Amino acid sequence: MKKVFIYISTCFCLCYLASCDKEIEETNAAYPALQPSKTDADAGTWTTMIAASATDFPVPAPQPTSSADYQQELQELKKATQNLTSEQKRIINFWKAGSVLRWNEIMRELVAKHNLPPYQNDDNTYPVPSAANPFAYPIFPFSNPPYAARAYAYVSIAQYDALVMAHHFKTAFNRPAPYQVDNAIQPMVPKSDLAAYPSEDAVIAGASIEMMKLLFPADLEYLKKMAEEEKNYRLWSGANVKSDIAAGDSLGRWVARKIIQRAKTDGMGAAGGNPALWTKLEDDCKAKGETPWYSLETPKRPPMLPFFGNVKPILFGTDAVPSLRPGPPPSATSAEMKKELDEVLNYTENPTRERMRIVNFWADGVGTYTPPGHWNAIATEDFVKKGYSEVRWARNYALLNASMMDAAIMCWNTKYHYFNARPCQLNPKIKTLTGVPNFPAYISGHSTFSGAAATILGYLVPEKAAEYKTMALEASNSRMYGGIHYRSDCQAGLDTGGKIGDYAIARAKTDGAD
Amino acid sequence: MKTNFYPFIPKIILLFLAFMPFLTKAQTEQDALMMGTRKLCIAGSVGYNSWTNYWEGTFKRDNDNLGQVSTKSAMLMVNYGIKDNLNVMASLPYVKIHATQGTLNGLGGFQDLGVFVKWRPWQQQFGSQTISLFAVGGYSTPSNKYNIDFLPMCIGLGSRVLSGRLIADVKVNKLFVTVSGAYMHRSNVEIDRPAYYTDHQINSHEVAMPDAGNFQLRTGYRTPRLIAEVFVDNMTTFGGFDIRKNDMPFVSNQMNSTKVGVEAKHYLAKIPSLGFHANAWHTVAGRNVGQATGFMAGVDYIFNLSPKSANN
Repeated sequence: MKKVFIYISTCFCLCYLASCDKEIEETNAAYPALQPSKTDADAGTWTTMIAASATDFPVPAPQPTSSADYQQELQELKKATQNLTSEQKRIINFWKAGSVLRWNEIMRELVAKHNLPPYQNDDNTYPVPSAANPFAYPIFPFSNPPYAARAYAYVSIAQYDALVMAHHFKTAFNRPAPYQVDNAIQPMVPKSDLAAYPSEDAVIAGASIEMMKLLFPADLEYLKKMAEEEKNYRLWSGANVKSDIAAGDSLGRWVARKIIQRAKTDGMGAAGGNPALWTKLEDDCKAKGETPWYSLETPKRPPMLPFFGNVKPILFGTDAVPSLRPGPPPSATSAEMKKELDEVLNYTENPTRERMRIVNFWADGVGTYTPPGHWNAIATEDFVKKGYSEVRWARNYALLNASMMDAAIMCWNTKYHYFNARPCQLNPKIKTLTGVPNFPAYISGHSTFSGAAATILGYLVPEKAAEYKTMALEASNSRMYGGIHYRSDCQAGLDTGGKIGDYAIARAKTDGAD
Repeated sequence: MKTNFYPFIPKIILLFLAFMPFLTKAQTEQDALMMGTRKLCIAGSVGYNSWTNYWEGTFKRDNDNLGQVSTKSAMLMVNYGIKDNLNVMASLPYVKIHATQGTLNGLGGFQDLGVFVKWRPWQQQFGSQTISLFAVGGYSTPSNKYNIDFLPMCIGLGSRVLSGRLIADVKVNKLFVTVSGAYMHRSNVEIDRPAYYTDHQINSHEVAMPDAGNFQLRTGYRTPRLIAEVFVDNMTTFGGFDIRKNDMPFVSNQMNSTKVGVEAKHYLAKIPSLGFHANAWHTVAGRNVGQATGFMAGVDYIFNLSPKSANN
């Protein structure tokens, strides 16, 4: 009898344990509803980044609120807000934290999803993802750091430019929100004094989906679903009538198409190069008497986007690129390089837990949202506390991501200009604590991204400027601790990133938002 | 956009699961052996296993960026007989990982400390047959805050594991069959980064660890001085996700494996307290694990702490 009791109680304990709550509370789950401390109603006068003029976008004048059409829309709105299902409420709660914020998260997710280097072919070559055939293996894109930096930038810029245009039309037409027309409507989101036509959320949905179907074509169904949810949430929450949304969606798409025109001609199409050009990079390095980089992967993988350094920057002209490029790294045979190699070897042979934590925290390698995504995540945590309007959210992400796209351009330009070897290539005793990226060492990408991001974020959130600098330095050092970068890669990367961040600050000071 | 190429980062799997089922075999929590009252067995063993092929989900591959990944281990285990039918045991392995190719640094260190209570509530003899039932409760926890975010080069999964096992053993003359099944409740773990991608993006340091089950069948020849047996061991993770093509392994991957092995244990005639044991095994099927082959050898010594030991 006793043993039966024991067995039963054992089973009971196991069942109890199995039912333990393993649910993860995500950091972005409890963001408050967007409630701007300042509406930025004048944002229609701010300077855009790419789109030129509001006259390019034919937004029709809305029906007045007294019109029968509008009254009809109000009636529909009242109906839509009644008897919401729990799924509709979930969608409202998700999006009300802010549309720009949520699209930034969606972008980070898609970058992480697609950040996988293709598996080799049977003949030890590597297949190349194709935008024309995005679903075939390897799925398009391989969102490596430069690809991701550019994607974050263009989407953020499209959202920002589209919102500036939206504000222009809001001011021009000044049609109020439905809850201001009819006080029987109690919105489920914080009320805003901004004119409601065109809806900024719909502008963001239109701009985002139009950009992202170019950048992440294999996820079109998911993107469509999110854009639909986002537009519906405005209706269900009683915040916008249908015509506010239709006008916003369409304006967002128009602006995005302007950005796409630029993206299609910015030089990205040639960033991969070809075998003859890859060989030339190696030969040019040898001709300087230096030790060229080679892929440390087996089978050897072609270099990642070796001509990304020729992509047209956002914050400065192509002509500024050579002057921003740092001087050469220490020669592979120099005493200075020997010293730097010894330092890296020492880190990898004596991995402390704290240094491994730093390596892991900043690794941002395969299957992650990359260093630009990491800085977006850091910025997001701080932006949430600031009570920004949608247009200011977009502007700040646009400045951050433009600086990181330009950081990627400068970094890649420098890497392939010098084409130097990784530490473990010069000293095989160096065993790394993170994956070795498949491109030359000088300058460190993490350092360049982080230098740029910390600089512009320090301007946007000045009370945290020193903290961002410390984080950037840690991100930079993480690459030495991991055994994949020399100190000079890291220092030159931080410096170069800092200079790019200064361009972003100069832009921020004159765009009319401050 | 054209050619994208990126981080060489090896891609693989952890072979040994956090609960290390095969490190040692001197009265483990998995067999049908008991230490007598007030007897203390101290066992030391060394093990080695390695794999070259691994399963990325169900896709079996090798990886020239890792070559052969091997695990060397050393383990100390103690087993004390509180009563003939109630034993308590503890174990602590030291593990070192090495890859023959690529640039990745293999880590090493003390892994998880395990404590088990083994109880035999029922044993019955029917002629030449003996049937025994056992219940084992176990808990293991990382002995230090080792790095878990560097698979397959890190030493463990860092989860605290609470396990319950039921064992049935039938012995007819000198032949025996032991079947056992365990449920392992694994605690969530924390990694050093604020977000990660499984089959979707998760913005948290915390990683939900799926629970796991273990099933074992052992059969062979057993006398007080010699045991020779074959076994099949299956590990199944209840949940978790597959490694995507060319992705890195992750701590909460589904990690399933089926292994077959042989094992022997022998106590010397002249020094009956001194025993030797050894096993060898091979992974025949798996998912998100390496196809490992391993062996282990150890020595154990039994101290009789009973005051009446002179009479025993």
